[in-house]
Amino acid sequence: MNELLKNSLRSGPDGRGRFGEFGGRFVAETLMPLILELETAYEAAKADPSFQSEIDYYLKHYVGRPSALWFAERLTKSLGGAKIYFKRDELNHTGAHKINNCIGQILLARRMGKTRIIAETGAGQHGVATATVCALFGLPCTIYMGAVDVERQKPNVFRMKLLGAEVVPVKSGAATLKDAMNDAMRDWVANVRDTFYIIGTAAGPHPYPAMVRDFQCVIGNEARAQLHEAEGRLPDVAVAAIGGGSNAIGLFHPFLDDAAVQLIGVEAAGHGLDSGATAASLSRGRPGVLHGNRTYLLQNDDGQILEAHSISAGLDYPGIGPEHSWLHDIGRVEYVAITDNEALEAFQLCTRTEGIIPALEPAHALAYVAKLAPTLDADKIILMNLCGRGDKDIFTVAEHLGVNL
Amino acid sequence: MSRIAAVFANLRAEGRAALIPFVEAYDPNRATTIELLTGMATHGADIIEIGVPFTDPMADGPTIQAAGRRALDAGASLHGVLDIVREFRSANNHTPLVLMGYLNPILSYGVDAFTQDAAAAGVDGLIVVDLPTEECDLLLPAATLNELDVIRLIAPTTSDERLPKVLEGSSGFVYYVSITGITGTRTASAADLARDIPRIRRATSLPIAVGFGVRTPEHAATIAGFADAAIVASALIEKLCATNVATVLEDVAALAAGLRTAVKIPA
Ligand SMILES: Cc1ncc(COP(=O)(O)O)c(C=O)c1O
Repeated sequence: MNELLKNSLRSGPDGRGRFGEFGGRFVAETLMPLILELETAYEAAKADPSFQSEIDYYLKHYVGRPSALWFAERLTKSLGGAKIYFKRDELNHTGAHKINNCIGQILLARRMGKTRIIAETGAGQHGVATATVCALFGLPCTIYMGAVDVERQKPNVFRMKLLGAEVVPVKSGAATLKDAMNDAMRDWVANVRDTFYIIGTAAGPHPYPAMVRDFQCVIGNEARAQLHEAEGRLPDVAVAAIGGGSNAIGLFHPFLDDAAVQLIGVEAAGHGLDSGATAASLSRGRPGVLHGNRTYLLQNDDGQILEAHSISAGLDYPGIGPEHSWLHDIGRVEYVAITDNEALEAFQLCTRTEGIIPALEPAHALAYVAKLAPTLDADKIILMNLCGRGDKDIFTVAEHLGVNL
Repeated sequence: MSRIAAVFANLRAEGRAALIPFVEAYDPNRATTIELLTGMATHGADIIEIGVPFTDPMADGPTIQAAGRRALDAGASLHGVLDIVREFRSANNHTPLVLMGYLNPILSYGVDAFTQDAAAAGVDGLIVVDLPTEECDLLLPAATLNELDVIRLIAPTTSDERLPKVLEGSSGFVYYVSITGITGTRTASAADLARDIPRIRRATSLPIAVGFGVRTPEHAATIAGFADAAIVASALIEKLCATNVATVLEDVAALAAGLRTAVKIPA
């Protein structure tokens, strides 16, 4: 191993795609050769400087990066405590961090000569981002989405269709993100030769967790440089919401080796951690295997996977990316949970004090920031990933506020 | 000799292929599963594959997904499946039973405890769909210790170079997933099998079973021309769902008769 990296927390995964005991490649044999081919192709692309410059080109001119770093001054004042900065990935084209990853993966798919794209989506943000890059590169695209999510994220469903994607509502199980991922994998097994599966979060079989993380690290890398420019130093705390964990790992990873930076991942508690209706896989799950990786999962005593619940479709998943499971077990990242109601309050707080309508996913991160900031001195800095905008959520929020649109 | 090896040795002497019907445990309830297992063994099943229900059967098509859902609603669990095996074994000590399922219930049970209990209950082999050779060190030592065959899946996407690696540590028989896809959808043609089976034969001396999409006595006979066993799942589950145990057993008998008409194609 590289001497310099020996003591780094950033050198994972190992050759078997493991972060400690988490990760790996738990897929059917039909897919295994593809997973290996993908790994080889990704390694080759990473070693080719033209791949990164292609990504940089699209991120700058198409996505609109770098995204702004915003000092949330009114929010800081109203909470009374640490200074709060937003990394504004909601300003990206398509309105969330998801497109950072889609640009990377579709460029890889093109290198590999794949001619058809599939993806799963929960909130629809990853589906929209995938449909968008497919339109950009003229590739046919099929998006699997839980039937429940199709219902609660209607604007994104229509967006995907406008972009030319086929949206397949998945009715099995709880008809949410987990089930959409099952059906996407089934499609992949049946169409292995021409199809590239763009997984939307830092989970799945190796190399996806590492690859998606690498594509999302642009968030933390930019924020680090921007904060350095603004404040001349590192943040004291970095906070991000966790569904599968891609926006969080993208923010955290560049800070993993900076021991002074406290890292906090915010899971969705749903109705409450012990309500039986939660999506907090680290707080209430235990290690198991699902969707190609070993990680913390919500499951019963028999190893059957439980249905998750969160008001936020993007966090409504009973698993979590394997690198987070490892960071949890070694104690480098602290994982907390926020309920549906707390997220709804934070959604309104952000909207009124900063004039930014956040997605319900980062509203979870913000709800935790709102608890944390007042406990810290005014010279402390909190960096929060505002990873998506809330246009997609206004119907859900209206319903919860009892407003008829 | 293990039960599975004994079955294939006898069949080789008889010059015919094995019929391996599939039963999703607890679909739609425990009693039906016991009836099916017992009945299949007397209606021509040489080996029986028992599906262990899982909430997220990623390699399965709509039929087995729905069966698994009904089974879980009926209270299925891995402990319960082993209990069914124990009951079956109290009356039948010769028909090999192979459990097919996904890894997480086994991990949750505990690999050591599960392999011990499964062997003691009378299970002969394990097929774990989402445990490729790359991860098999999780199960193989404990299974070997308890004399359970670990049966490997081979797919059309498995290259010749990869075959020896996939076959490492496998025993009992090998399971050829004859199509790239999920269970119960497409069916492999005679031409597909003529292309695929010989290359697997070159890599192993284990019997080769063919599954995914085998529906009729004619399909079974086609498979028997090339391979050593035909696995039938979705077609039987659909029949059970639409009719009753007796009709499923008639189908099993017809499949067994179909296999006997097969003409061996020399490799
Ligand atoms: C805006 C937004 N944030 C967060 C998430 C959760 O995903 P992840 O944890 O991978 O960032 C989603 C998923 O759809 C999302 O749309």
